[in-house]
Amino acid sequence: MVEEIGTTQDGDLIINVGPQHPATHGVLHLVITLHGETIKKVEPHLGYIHRSIEKMCESLTYRQFIYVTSRMDYLSSHINNHGCALLVERAMQIEVPARAQVIRVLMDELTRIASHELWWGAMAMDLGAFTPFFHAFREREMINEIMEDTCGARLTMNYMVPGGVQEDIHPDFVRKVKEFIALFKRKVDEYDEMVTDNIIFRKRMENVGVISAADAISYGLSGPSLRGSGVSCDVRKYYPYDVYNQVQFEEIIETGGDSLARYMVRIREMKQSISIIEQLLDGIPDGDFCAKTKAVIKLPKGEFYQRVETARGELGIYVVSEGATTPYRIKFRSPGFSNLSALDHMARGSKIGDLVAMMGTLDLVIPDIDR
Amino acid sequence: MWSISKIASLVHEWLSNTFSATWVTVFEMVIAGVLVISLFAVLGLILVMMERKVSAWIQIRLGPNRVGPKGMFQSAADTVKLLVKEGMTPNGADKLLFNVAPFLAIVVSMLLMAPLAFAKDFTLWDINIGVLYVSAISSVSVISILMAGWASNNKYSLMGAMRSGAQIVSYELSAGLSIMAIVVLTGSLNFNDIILSQADGWWIFKGHLPIWIAFIVFLIAVTAETNRAPFDLAEAESELTAGFHTEYSGMKFALFFLAEYVNVFIVCAIGATLFLGGWMPFHIGHWDGFNHIMDFIPSSLWFFGKTFFLIFLIMWFRWSFPRLRIDQLLNLEWKYLLPISMVNILLVTAMAILKWHF
Repeated sequence: MVEEIGTTQDGDLIINVGPQHPATHGVLHLVITLHGETIKKVEPHLGYIHRSIEKMCESLTYRQFIYVTSRMDYLSSHINNHGCALLVERAMQIEVPARAQVIRVLMDELTRIASHELWWGAMAMDLGAFTPFFHAFREREMINEIMEDTCGARLTMNYMVPGGVQEDIHPDFVRKVKEFIALFKRKVDEYDEMVTDNIIFRKRMENVGVISAADAISYGLSGPSLRGSGVSCDVRKYYPYDVYNQVQFEEIIETGGDSLARYMVRIREMKQSISIIEQLLDGIPDGDFCAKTKAVIKLPKGEFYQRVETARGELGIYVVSEGATTPYRIKFRSPGFSNLSALDHMARGSKIGDLVAMMGTLDLVIPDIDR
Repeated sequence: MWSISKIASLVHEWLSNTFSATWVTVFEMVIAGVLVISLFAVLGLILVMMERKVSAWIQIRLGPNRVGPKGMFQSAADTVKLLVKEGMTPNGADKLLFNVAPFLAIVVSMLLMAPLAFAKDFTLWDINIGVLYVSAISSVSVISILMAGWASNNKYSLMGAMRSGAQIVSYELSAGLSIMAIVVLTGSLNFNDIILSQADGWWIFKGHLPIWIAFIVFLIAVTAETNRAPFDLAEAESELTAGFHTEYSGMKFALFFLAEYVNVFIVCAIGATLFLGGWMPFHIGHWDGFNHIMDFIPSSLWFFGKTFFLIFLIMWFRWSFPRLRIDQLLNLEWKYLLPISMVNILLVTAMAILKWHF
């Protein structure tokens, strides 16, 4: 029985964080039960930005449904598109030209850097430091310009298609990426100086939102959030797609399991992404940027699953095909949804100020959770 | 040479020649009141502008640049906007407390302005317990925040107010103890006496390490007392949306806003007075030529220069650091700052007795 509006029987406060709240970065609605400043329970309420993308995909052809996936996790739209393209290619046994494969991986890694930069800035802002946000956006803008040159878009790219990519890269692409990398290498160190090594920041992150490896796996965490708990899970290593098996990169694993570990994974991942880009940039092979495919794609009857490593974790695309031009059923396994589910487990017993740190290091993108 | 004190004595002379002694007192009080209020408004505008420009500079932005030359009238335009906005009182709020709270905040800052020495021989109210007065009055400001948070009938506001209460009450101890360090050395609570004691060098130069420690503790403590980042937990926007002033709008919000900025000015002015010599010019030993040039700069410029330097420091903190958590904030005060300042005050006392300072 609720005795007074907004309090539980024990006299704990019930607070609605969101759907309009500065820390949720979107329309996430968390109902939290507070005992003083201490969190007793976090209950996410979803559905505020549900667009029934999975249902929509059932009436879209295999060329069209890729464009909808850009709107799921809009910060890694390239990678979402990539996963869809890979699924169709594997089902149709389309051979992707080497040039397209390299371009795709380059775009993926640039997207990963851009996404992590936005995460870094937004998380620092949640913790009360405004300046990193602007510094992160300064560098992210360069990536956006590179993307704009080639794809014509800055957020929902819609660049990768079954068989390769839609257009060849812009003539300035290589030069601009090189300029960006030269600058960005210095800037990552600057980020460390400004935020990572800050004593207040460290104290806010250390031992906050700790999740053990076993718990992290059982909650279905993936990507940097899982690697922060010391579990090796990089899809690029275990199920390499395109040219990921030809490049050398380290899978970043931190064993802390706390917010700082998840933070460090992402910061170090940016450096690995740079190394991947550097390895591929000079040797982009000549040739077609897209394989010749049939105008109408009909997937053979059966079930197909493709996973890719987005900036947030493992995106799974599951398609049931009846042999028609549109999928019979599509299911997306989005990393954000599973990552959010662990929030309650992490947050119990910590202070309300820690909640923003946890949400920040889980890197939640709400349209990815709701779809 | 032009100085505020000269103008003040001219006005006083003219008034004394024209009116009887009672009326002179009345007029001077009115003039002083009007001066404080206008200084208050002007300071608010300048500080808001300064904050926006400093933050823009730190964040590689341009800042406001549309209204007036280089955007200088932006804060004036904002004030007009806030004046014509509806000041809403939410349903279920305690109407009296809700509406009184912002005025209490502003009254406290106005009262704090009285004993400051803005220039040589220019103090609105030269009382012999200036330091004590400031410490006493500044602790009233927490009541306005508690009132606002409680009366808003909003959980975010309430939490912000409670945080603020715990924070201000704690940090007042360190701020008070670091101020006491100077009082021990000068043996006076009067701001003018404290400034005069720095004629042969500011305390920050004369006082060795203990005064440096006191100065740093003072800076941290007053940043926390004025609810500025990284100690802005009372309005932590990512956790509590806006803390105690979540429900305020229009001019009532603006009064809180103004009070915050003027409080920043006041604590910086006190810091400049106690540690950096107030309006006292910068002198180096027996370099008479240099000292003479320094004397030539008006004392009010010295005062405002030092004060704005400290304000700049506090703004720099705000735009560089992440926010602390509430338990870390209280730990910092009770486990580190308070013991440090207690030991420090012993050192300063020993120093004062043994005359180790210059």
